Amino acid sequence: MGLTNKSTGSAVNCCELQIVRNGDDKVIALAGNPNVGKSTVFNALTGLNQHTGNWPGKTVCNAQGTYKLRDKNFILVDIPGTYSLMANSAEEEVARDFICFGEPDTTVVVTDATCLERNLNLVLQILEVTRNVVVCVNLMDEAKKKGIQIDLDELSLNLGVPVVATSAATKKGLDALTDEIYAVSFNKKRTFHVKMKYDDKIENAIEVILPRVKEIVKDKIDARWLSIKLLDMDDTLKTAINSFLGFDILEDEQLSSLLKQAKFGLKSHNISDENLRDMIVSGIVSRAEQIYKSCVILNNVEYTARDRKIDRLLTSKLTGIPIMLLLLGFIFWLTIIGANYPSELLSKALFWVEDRLTDMFTYFNSPPWLQGIIVTGMYRTLAWVVSVMLPPMAIFFPLFTLLEDSGYLPRIAFNMDKFFKKACAHGKQALTMCMGFGCNACGVIGCRIIDSPRERLIATLTNNFVPCNGRFPTIIALITMFFSTAVILPLRSLFSALILLSVIVLGVCMTLLVSKLLSKTLLKGVPSSFALELPPYRKPQIGKVVVRSVFDRTLFVLGRAVSVAAPAGLVIWLMSNITVNNLSLLNHCAAFLDPFARLLGLDGIILMAFILGFPANEIVVPIMIMGYMCSGKMVDMTDLNSLRELLIQNGWTYTTAICTILFSLMHFPCATTCITVKKETGSIKWTLISFLLPTIIGMLICFVVATLLKLLNIA
Amino acid sequence: MDDYLTLNNLKIGESAKVEMLTSTGVQRRRMLDLGLIKGTTVQAVLNSPSGDPVAYFIRGTLIALRDEDAKKIYVTATI
Repeated sequence: MGLTNKSTGSAVNCCELQIVRNGDDKVIALAGNPNVGKSTVFNALTGLNQHTGNWPGKTVCNAQGTYKLRDKNFILVDIPGTYSLMANSAEEEVARDFICFGEPDTTVVVTDATCLERNLNLVLQILEVTRNVVVCVNLMDEAKKKGIQIDLDELSLNLGVPVVATSAATKKGLDALTDEIYAVSFNKKRTFHVKMKYDDKIENAIEVILPRVKEIVKDKIDARWLSIKLLDMDDTLKTAINSFLGFDILEDEQLSSLLKQAKFGLKSHNISDENLRDMIVSGIVSRAEQIYKSCVILNNVEYTARDRKIDRLLTSKLTGIPIMLLLLGFIFWLTIIGANYPSELLSKALFWVEDRLTDMFTYFNSPPWLQGIIVTGMYRTLAWVVSVMLPPMAIFFPLFTLLEDSGYLPRIAFNMDKFFKKACAHGKQALTMCMGFGCNACGVIGCRIIDSPRERLIATLTNNFVPCNGRFPTIIALITMFFSTAVILPLRSLFSALILLSVIVLGVCMTLLVSKLLSKTLLKGVPSSFALELPPYRKPQIGKVVVRSVFDRTLFVLGRAVSVAAPAGLVIWLMSNITVNNLSLLNHCAAFLDPFARLLGLDGIILMAFILGFPANEIVVPIMIMGYMCSGKMVDMTDLNSLRELLIQNGWTYTTAICTILFSLMHFPCATTCITVKKETGSIKWTLISFLLPTIIGMLICFVVATLLKLLNIA
Repeated sequence: MDDYLTLNNLKIGESAKVEMLTSTGVQRRRMLDLGLIKGTTVQAVLNSPSGDPVAYFIRGTLIALRDEDAKKIYVTATI
């Protein structure tokens, strides 16, 4: 959930990587398995704030930043975390293409000291492509705690490249890392080639084509690596290699006849293409195991015991799902109870400012329309967005980030996988769904972690069924106004949290239901296989999380809302003040929408607020208020109670509140999300479906609920 | 093949050695990328609330696999 300007704002296309290098700037690729603290290393070196999270697949875009060392510029490129360069998924393809063909001066492979063996697999694969590598063994402090001892010199000797130990979170070892990067980039340090040796039959086949490959590619690319890849070729690689070389390498007649000869040799030893791939991978895995055994000593064989204890609590049959709900409910409760007071304070302050502004306009004898546009239109909408939206966001975001950093999200996916399987969807959809809580656009981008196209589309199309951070406050405000008053005071926030939790659960159920529906209709198919990594638990860096999530995420999202709110306030004010046939435009529109909206249990103004809120969901409630205030009489608007009065004066009932909450949960995604869907799917058709699907379903449900409540005579 | 178990038959806490994979294509590669080559020790560690998926300890990492994927991994039990 990298919710920063990079991932949502104007720069959603951060994946079309462009590197601008001047003079002797050095380009450094930052590679590594998912979830090894790559982003932490990136942030520590560049001083940027790429969001980090303790779950695999978090960095889905290439981020880049720069740092300086001894007057030289280093451009650091954070590429998606992958387990291998064999390109089984779109992300792996991006990583492979950058390392193999992006010509970085140095590739830093960040590895996890607590599970080095698995990480060495990628290191060895990268070493086949390039020798300009620095291996960064990160999370050393954690390894130490777990009694894992690593002989770094031995590791360096085995790999033939510099190895640096770091604990990026506490900035330990980073100076040594930048020194080594400097040395390797400027050829001040000699790395040597430790050849990865495969089975003799494969080595023979390589020998057949290697000399010719060398002649063709010269120094452009590692000839031995290319030879291996030619023997074990897949289509995406063929395209990438040819576009890198600028010609079709297989058009070389000598090479293709040698290749035939080599393949024939392999076949005569009963090595099919599939066997070959197996043998190559086995060769690398065994070598990784061998190196691991020579470099790592486990002083405490039970080093995972603590994690397993926690896991048994968080994922068992008896406690797994209840704890998940409790935790989520607890977060909502904290958000609601914590947001109440600051929200009131903020709105008092902001409306005090409004009064002063009004005084000022009166003092200068400005025309009423100017005062109307600026104060009643723009400023008031802004004030509402800030006072209603800021506090819940500022509380929810850090809490959610803590959960994310601890490593709990993959456990949610683990717990819920059965449901997703039943819906014929991918298990990782639970992760993208969780990202949606922060921002649906991010959730949609996150769907890249799902490598089967069918399941990725399902996840993309259904992401909007979990309410994002822009819709939470709306739902919270409505619940607080209309439902929590049903219970006595000390229990109110608890009750609100419970209702909010049920709304979320409904959203999750709808996600599953619609996923199933899609699997049976538009996107027929059976779930593909997947492997979900459950990373070790990590203690989140609380201080950092709070500061970062408030400054990076909250303020960014708020900024977006504010930039939309001011013009929207202006539009609303104009609409309510320009009259045609003695009726304001606003009333005309609302009256036009009203009959239809009534069917859904809403009214014209509410529906219009949702439509005008298309650019950013955060402004729906403020627009509603503006709409009512312009047509109704003014009330003192300093807290939710008076807001409630206003709504009731305008004919709101419990039915209206329920239907508005439901419609808020299920309606068209915001403009940013739609644009993101278009970018990710590259198809207008799917973007349209992602727009219509939740809208139609939401309308149907609202209609049914409103009609039922009417029939039962519950107002 | 009769002497072999498939991975999904392991009870929590039991370990086994990988003998062969029956999956093909992308899925096979994905399993190989996890380090599931012949001779790799795998331990069943954690049940999810519904009993599927199950998390296995594979080369120092905890990996959850669905039942039908685990069925395609033949193993011999070691204690």
